[in-house]
Amino acid sequence: MSEIPSELKYTKSHEWVRDEDNGTVTVGITDHAQALLGDLVFVELPEVGSEVSAEDAICVVESVKAASDVYMPVSGEVLAVNDSLADAPETINDSPYDDGWLVKVKLSNPDQISDLMDADSYATETAED
Amino acid sequence: MSQKTVLYDKHVEYGGKLVDFAGWEMPVNYGSQIDEHHQVRKDAGMFDVSHMTVIDLTGEEVRAFLQHLLANDVARLKDRGKALYSCMLNHDGGVIDDLIVYYLNDSWYRMVVNAATRDKDMAWIDEQSTGYDVEINERDDLAMIAVQGPHAREKAIEALPVDVVEAVSELDRFFGCDCGEWFVGRTGYTGEDGFEIMLPDTEAAAFWDGLAESGVKPCGLGARDTLRLEAGMNLYGSDMTETTSPLISGLGWTIAWEPEERDFIGRAALQKERDKGVTQKLVGLVLEDKGILRGHQTVVVEGAGEGMTTSGTFSPTLKQSIALARVPKQTGDRCQVEIRGKRLNARVVKPVFVRDGKAV
Repeated sequence: MSEIPSELKYTKSHEWVRDEDNGTVTVGITDHAQALLGDLVFVELPEVGSEVSAEDAICVVESVKAASDVYMPVSGEVLAVNDSLADAPETINDSPYDDGWLVKVKLSNPDQISDLMDADSYATETAED
Repeated sequence: MSQKTVLYDKHVEYGGKLVDFAGWEMPVNYGSQIDEHHQVRKDAGMFDVSHMTVIDLTGEEVRAFLQHLLANDVARLKDRGKALYSCMLNHDGGVIDDLIVYYLNDSWYRMVVNAATRDKDMAWIDEQSTGYDVEINERDDLAMIAVQGPHAREKAIEALPVDVVEAVSELDRFFGCDCGEWFVGRTGYTGEDGFEIMLPDTEAAAFWDGLAESGVKPCGLGARDTLRLEAGMNLYGSDMTETTSPLISGLGWTIAWEPEERDFIGRAALQKERDKGVTQKLVGLVLEDKGILRGHQTVVVEGAGEGMTTSGTFSPTLKQSIALARVPKQTGDRCQVEIRGKRLNARVVKPVFVRDGKAV
C-alpha cells in the first residue's frame, strides 16, 4: 500500500502538489510512482525562472532501467528546484513527499489547484493499477 | 501467452517484481536492483536462469558438426567438462547467438543458448545438422540457477547435494562437471566467480530455499544487466545481432581461424570483411557529464564520424553511467553522446569497467 498524504493534491500521472498558501506550490512524484520506477539514478530539472504550462513535461527522472517524464500539474514560473537531487537522486525513493521534492512554482492561475485530484480519488485511481 | 519457470512461485514468495522477458515472467528485482548488484559484487547472489536453453548434442559426428556450426573451435576442448564461449554465425557472418559449449566426451557436448533466441536457434541447429550423425536433445527438464559473487561458491557448496559437493569443490574456472542429474559450471555472466547450476526441475524450488538459507540473496534481471555490462560482457540482441559480425562486436577473439581447413559457417563472409578492412569497433564509454547512457544513442566522434551506443546503464560500482558503443575504427579516447538533444562528454575505454569487484 503506498503512502498518500491527505493534505496534498494529485494527478493521474502520479505527481503531487502541496499548496503553500501564498500563491506558490511544491511539486513532486508520489510514493506509488517512485516504487514503480525503482532506484532512481538521475534527475533532470528545469531552469529556475522558466515558464511552464500545465501538462508540460518539465522534468525527467531516470531509474536504472528507464527514463520517465514528469508532468507539470499547474502553470506558472519555476521559483526553485531541488539541487540536492543532482548528487542524491535516490532521495526521491526514500522521501518522495519531503526531501524528494522536485520544483517550487509560482502559480499563474490559482484555480488550477481545485482541478486536481484529492487523496481519496488518487487512492482509488492507484488501487485500480 | 507468458511462460513461467519452475521457480515462479519462489519469485512471488520472495517478493520478486515480475515483468515480461522474451515471453517469460521473470523477476526484474526483489526490491532494489542496486542492492542486489552490490550483493553480488561483495557477497553472493542467485539468479533464476531456467528460461535459458540447454541442449545436449550426442552422436558419432558431434565434434565434426560443432566444428562446422560454431565460429570458435570445440577441438580446443580436450578435458572433460571444459567450456568454450562461441558465436554461432549465419552465412553472412552475422551473429545468430552467443553461447557456451561444454565438452563431456567425444560423443556428448552440452550447449547453453539464450532464452530469447530459443526457437530460432533450435531451428537453425536442426537444419544445419542434416547429413551429420548427431542427435539434438533440448533439456527442458532442467532448471538453472546462477550463484555469483566472491562468497558464491562456498555458500552454494553448503546447499548442494552431498554427492555433487566433492566434484564441485575441485572445479577449475570455465569447467563444468556432471554429477548424476546435476551439472555445475564454474561460469557466469557477472564478472564474479561462481557457479551456474543445472538441476532437475523437480528439485529447483527446494534448492533455491537451501541457497537462501546459506545466505545467498535472490537477484533479478535488472541487477543481471548492470553486472554484465560492468564486466564488459555482451548482450545478444543489443551488442550484436544477425546484421553485425563478431569483428565489429568486440568478439573477434572468439573466432578460431586456425586450422585454415576448418570451414565453419560464416568463415567466408568474415574473411571478406577482413580483406576489405573492418571499419568499426566496439568500445566502452564512461559518461563524464551528468546523465544516463542507454542503447541507441548517437555517438559523435570529432574527425571520425558517428557511431551508436549498443547498451547503456548506470554502474552502481562506479557510480557513473557506462555503455558499450559501436564507433568508427579510428575513434580515440574521447567522444560525445547525444541525449535528449544535448551533447554530453564521454571517455572512450576498453570495454571492461569492473574487475574483481573494483573499477578497472
